[in-house]
Amino acid sequence: MKLKKKIPLIDQHDKFGMWGGKFGGNFVPETLKKPIKDLEDLFNKLRNNKSFIAERDRYFKNWIGVPTRFIKLNNLSNHVGGAQIWSKVVSDANGGAHKIYNATVHCLLAKKAGKKFIVGDTGAGYAGKMLSMAAKKFGLKCKIFMGAKDIKRQQPNVKAMKKNGAEVIPVYTGSQTLVDAVSECMRYWVANCDTTAMCVGSTVGPNIFVKICGWSTSQISRELKIQIKKEFGSIPKKVKLYNCVGGGSSSYGFWSEFMDYNKNQVELIGVEAGGPKSSNKHAAPLTYGSKIGILHGAAQYVNQSTEGQIEETESISAGLDYPGVSPLHCFLKDTRRARYTAATDENALDAYKLVTKYENLRPSLEPSHAFSVAIKEAKKMSKDTVVIVNSCGDAHKDKNILKVKLGKKYDQFN
Amino acid sequence: MTNLISLAFEKARTEKRPALLTYTVAGDNSKKKSLEILKSLSKYVDICELGFPHNTPIADGGQIQTSAYRAIKNGIKINDVFKIVKDFKKNNFSKPLILMGYYNMIYQYGENNFLNRCKKSGVNGIIVVDLPWPENINFSKKCKKKNIYFIQLISPTTSYKRAKKIIKDSHDMIYYISMLSTTGGKLKITPKEILSNYMKIKKINPKKNCVIGFGITDKTIGKLKSADGLVVGSAICREITKSIAKRHNPVTNVSKIVIKLKKRIL
Repeated sequence: MKLKKKIPLIDQHDKFGMWGGKFGGNFVPETLKKPIKDLEDLFNKLRNNKSFIAERDRYFKNWIGVPTRFIKLNNLSNHVGGAQIWSKVVSDANGGAHKIYNATVHCLLAKKAGKKFIVGDTGAGYAGKMLSMAAKKFGLKCKIFMGAKDIKRQQPNVKAMKKNGAEVIPVYTGSQTLVDAVSECMRYWVANCDTTAMCVGSTVGPNIFVKICGWSTSQISRELKIQIKKEFGSIPKKVKLYNCVGGGSSSYGFWSEFMDYNKNQVELIGVEAGGPKSSNKHAAPLTYGSKIGILHGAAQYVNQSTEGQIEETESISAGLDYPGVSPLHCFLKDTRRARYTAATDENALDAYKLVTKYENLRPSLEPSHAFSVAIKEAKKMSKDTVVIVNSCGDAHKDKNILKVKLGKKYDQFN
Repeated sequence: MTNLISLAFEKARTEKRPALLTYTVAGDNSKKKSLEILKSLSKYVDICELGFPHNTPIADGGQIQTSAYRAIKNGIKINDVFKIVKDFKKNNFSKPLILMGYYNMIYQYGENNFLNRCKKSGVNGIIVVDLPWPENINFSKKCKKKNIYFIQLISPTTSYKRAKKIIKDSHDMIYYISMLSTTGGKLKITPKEILSNYMKIKKINPKKNCVIGFGITDKTIGKLKSADGLVVGSAICREITKSIAKRHNPVTNVSKIVIKLKKRIL
């Protein structure tokens, strides 16, 4: 299994839609074959269309507000000692997280396809919130499927979705989290694919959804590459890109432009959710060696029983609380281009405390996982090493959890 | 040797009626009860479909999901499913049985292992909901070698061109999905429309048996009886759920429903 150079990773799949012959694909009910094919045809046509790209870039610039900042975290770097720590503040984007890129592109595609309705899944609520924002912007009616457990723990985003006019449909099956929301959303699409577009909230699901999402979030690394060159004159000799990995959409977008660099120059580090210290459950299939299985239409490393039942996950961060992971990351793991590790709930909370203490930055619980590992490893690195953490979401949505776990003073949000 | 599934269609045809197929979930609401249900159904039914439950079923509606979760909660394992089939076949060898489920379960068991166990326990056909054409070509060939039918699904969204390819690669039985829906949805279109869509598929190769499923109940089954076969699943799962809630015996209640269904297609 080998990565190809000069070809975007999203396009390095075979005719069955599989990366490395093992990951991804289209394991879907027959009913979805046609809407998936239609979406493939549309996307493949438009992604090479200059006026579509111009339209996308216009929305990205004027509505999402790209480029997001690339900043040095001086105080944190001084405190930690070792490498210089930087952050790509993707949470600057309209809505407060990277999910806006994928949501915007899906809504643009839905409009081109003449659909009037769009449905999506959400875990942390960011994918849902952004889809509801974009749907409103583009005049599409929107339904969001969300696990009942997540609805309880991510209320700020639920309120935002409703305010944007979306219908939030609670999912009570299974563990009542993201995995069940995605299943229910796919079932809804099976029954309504003639009138309705579906947006999968991450680089997961049938092949085309992995591709569209990856294509959309790649905006992050396109900007970053320019920003790094501007700051350092060229790509420095030692760069480390830390990103949390749930489904894997922000990390893919954060890394995509750097795939072809030697990993000794640009190392890619994915941080999965290790769950509570005291629990056996986790959402880290890459770190803990889960077996390949089929989930939501794609082959991937996934937490499952020996029988193939999908296992429940546990994590403080709803956005990472998913038993599987993008086929792109499975491929990056097996080709050893990226390195994957996990941080516990407690690690993430500690990192959040530290970052907010030293910097004017409020990473949500998801990127706090990445900060945790970055801070730990940066200590042992030389001063010329450039550590960059993708702060891909804002902690506003986590205010209730932070209040309970860390006390009232961490609930001071504007 | 002719597959029992084909014989069942022939028999129904000589009786000038469609074949009746039912779907129940292995282990719902217990291993023992699901075997009893299967046995009692088989007196009235031409072909039995038995689901091996999965906990992320992306094409099933509420009724079958409920049955599946109940079965999993009661501890059903794949080997138990094979045991149920074997026990059923002991006294009902000639009744064709189709296993239906999601690909991950087969993938984890290993395709070859899975098919060997199918063969040993007496399975006659397999439906894998999330293994569409052309992804299913290899698995389908393996099934054929064991004289097990791999039954492909065709949906109202399947284009004519694609349907032709699927049917060319299919074994004797094809499953036509009545409408855009998960299993057990309310019929969105009239039985007449369903039949007219069905006939387009049927005509591609009239020799192959084509059944209709999804959303069929005792109220609609009579209007669809010109098909080769009709599948009822969710209506039965719903009855099991109702029986449990009322503390009735699901075995008798399910039999009553099936008798009613059978009457409507005679």
